[in-house]
Order: sequence, then C-alpha cells, then structure tokens
Amino acid sequence: MHLLLKFIDFCKIVSYFSGLNLKDVAMYTQGLTHEPEAAVHAVGDEAALTRFQARIDGEQRIEPNDAMPAAYRRTLVRQISQHAHSEIVGMLPEGNWITRAPTLRRKVALLAKVQDECGHGLYLYAAAETLDATREQLYDDLLAGKARYSSIFNYPTPTWADIGAIGWLVDGAALMNQIPLCRCSYGPYARAMIRVCKEESFHQRQGYEIMLTLARGTPAQQRMAQDALNRWWWPCLMMFGPPDGESQHSDTSTLWKIKRFSNDELRQKFIDATVPQAHFLGLTIPDAALRFDEATGHWQHGAIDWEEFRQVLAGNGPCNNERMAARRKAHDEGAWVREAALAHASKQAKRAA
Amino acid sequence: MATPRFPLWEVFIRSRTGLAHRHVGSLHAVDATSALDAARDLFTRRNEGVSIWVVPSASLVASDPGDKAMMFDPASDKIYRHPTFYEVPDEVGHM
Repeated sequence: MHLLLKFIDFCKIVSYFSGLNLKDVAMYTQGLTHEPEAAVHAVGDEAALTRFQARIDGEQRIEPNDAMPAAYRRTLVRQISQHAHSEIVGMLPEGNWITRAPTLRRKVALLAKVQDECGHGLYLYAAAETLDATREQLYDDLLAGKARYSSIFNYPTPTWADIGAIGWLVDGAALMNQIPLCRCSYGPYARAMIRVCKEESFHQRQGYEIMLTLARGTPAQQRMAQDALNRWWWPCLMMFGPPDGESQHSDTSTLWKIKRFSNDELRQKFIDATVPQAHFLGLTIPDAALRFDEATGHWQHGAIDWEEFRQVLAGNGPCNNERMAARRKAHDEGAWVREAALAHASKQAKRAA
Repeated sequence: MATPRFPLWEVFIRSRTGLAHRHVGSLHAVDATSALDAARDLFTRRNEGVSIWVVPSASLVASDPGDKAMMFDPASDKIYRHPTFYEVPDEVGHM
C-alpha cells in the first residue's frame, strides 16, 4: 500500500510538468521514425561544417552551447522528442494491467517499471530542451499529432501475457537500440541514455520471468504465452525501422555518430539474442522461414510486412486513436493542476517579496 | 490553449556523505519545494542519493564555449604546475 501511495504521489508531481494522469500509467520506448531530412549542405558555412565533422570524427562529444549544423540540431530534436513521446505513450499499454496484475509481486514490479518509463520520458524531454526546443512545444506537437512515437505502442495488450511479451521483446528490442545511443555524439542525449539503460535492465528480466512462469504453467497459460509472442514478434522486428537502403536519414545520422549501427544490424542482433530465449521457453517464433545459417552464425528471418509498418505510422494501427485520445484527455484534465500550481507559486513569491 | 511554461531547475545529488553534489539533470517545477519533490521522485528511486540541491537554471552563470581558447589554453603550456615536471632521482624514493 505504501508503495502505491508513493506512486500516486509521484504521478501527481509528474503531472505538473508532463500532463500525465494516473489513468495513463503504463510503459516504454524506442521511436526513431522517419521523415524527410533537410540536406546536410543546407547548413551553409562549409568550413564550420568541416570543423564540426572533425570533432565528431575525433569522438568528441557535442554539448548544448557548441556550434552545430542546423540539420544536426533538427535531427536530434526530432529523434530525442520522438523517443521521449514513445516513453510517455508507452506507459499506456502496460498501465492497462496494473490494476489486474496477478500477484502483488507482479503489481509492484509493473508499477515500478511504468514509473521508470515516465522518468525516462522526462530525462529525454530535458535532453531535447538543451537544443532550444521548449517542453510545452514538444507536448503540443505530440498532442496535435505533429510528432511521432514508436509504432510498437499502437498495439493492444488484451492478455496478461502481453505484459511479459512487452518486457521481454519490446524492452529487449529497445535496449538493443539504446545501448549504442549511450555513445551518441550529443552529450545530453548520451547521458540520458546511460541513466535509461541502467534502469531499464530490470524491465526485460521481469518480462522474461512472466513468460517463463506462463510457459511452465497450465496448457492454457502456455497458449496465452505463445499467442502473445505471435502477436508481438513482427511488430518488434519493425521497431528497428525500415531495411537499410530505404531509411531516409541513416546516412547523416551515421556520419554524425548519432547512430552507431544500421537498422538491419540491430534487428539481426535482436533476433540472434531472442530466438534461443524463445526456444528455452518452449515457444515457437511465428516465422516459418526462420532458420539458423551455419555459415554466418546468424538466424535468418522471413519477409517483414512493411505495409503494416507504414499503415501503423500513418495512424492506422489498432490503437493509434485510443493512445492519442488518452494522452489528450490526461493533458486536458491536468490543465487545472498546472494552472493552480503556477497561481500558488506566484502568490507565494509575492508574499515572500 | 498552449501549455503554460514552468521554470527550469538544475538538479545536483550527493550520492553518499563525503562526496560532492553532482549534476544529474534538469526538470520543470513551479517553485523550489515542488522542484525538490520532483527531483526526489525522478532521480532517487534507487537510493541514488542522500542529499539534493535544486538551482533555478536561470541563475547559473556559464563560460561561453566560444571563449574556450582564451579561457583554458593558457593553462596547457604551464607544465611546471604538474609534479611530473620536476626530476627527483629514484634513490630518493616516493615524494
């Protein structure tokens, strides 16, 4: 009970600055989606660009007040804010199960996990703000549907096994993506990712433990685990983004060391790590074409349905409307709290003066 | 309606007694009390600290990265400020 009270307290405080609401509580990240990127040479000053690239190539970190090309700043604001939005929207699918977690042990873990996701969103918003974006503009862009978040959070969580699958697969995929971001060229983003990865490490383990319990349970529980894997596997592979060659701004992101590995490389790492874990659970990966290639030492996967990915990004996923409606509702219902907090602070300041 | 702006605060945490407070990040809050509360919830959920400072970001005075050469380069040719500049024979032992 004490934990739950603390959590409610936390949500109240967080709601001041994030517009979050208790009803929204849920999970987590990854969200590098794709829009057209301004050409790098639009930056102008070639000499400045050369100096900047030399710093990047020398593995120097770029800090907020340093000179940087406008396109580097724009790319980072877009990527970091999408990442932040993903953490915040990502709380929704998991929050769906907090009140129905099967045991107290599972409930406190899920609460802690969702609380972490909220914190990760806040670290990331703060990192984006060092690039002169304002927190309010970032929220407003999300709520207006101008900014994106990871496609994965537009899928529903109809059963408890989905909470296991999200921790194991979605957080596992996100970690693959986030660990290299700890070495990203932009200092505040890299530092935020170090904190995130440190806290995130329990998320994947708690998810796998849920799956393990179900896999060792009754036939009905085993079917539930398999069903969750069937539904989450392909959307998780899509989280890494379009195949190399189709990704629109991988080139500049790689050049600027924002991105350290390609979409396909990260996807392959994830598959290689995850397939044996599924086998240990006695579950079947829902890909008839999946096979181990002795020559390369990698698991080869079947064709990914990129049309589904495009549809989800275009707003036509199973839960896009529901997620945005929940965020808007939370923001609207928190408006009086934000106003009251400001009014109280200004009254206190006047009294003190 | 546009979301109203809350002031920005920088957060510093002493991880245990005997160590200095270290910058860990920033957050928005309407006043010092709520900034402290938010800092506790955001940055110390796993026993990361025993003391927190919050400072209004607007109160920080920082050196300009553009002045880096003027500010810091003069120190780099003054190697006589480091102990390794001075020769002490091995026989003398550790000094």
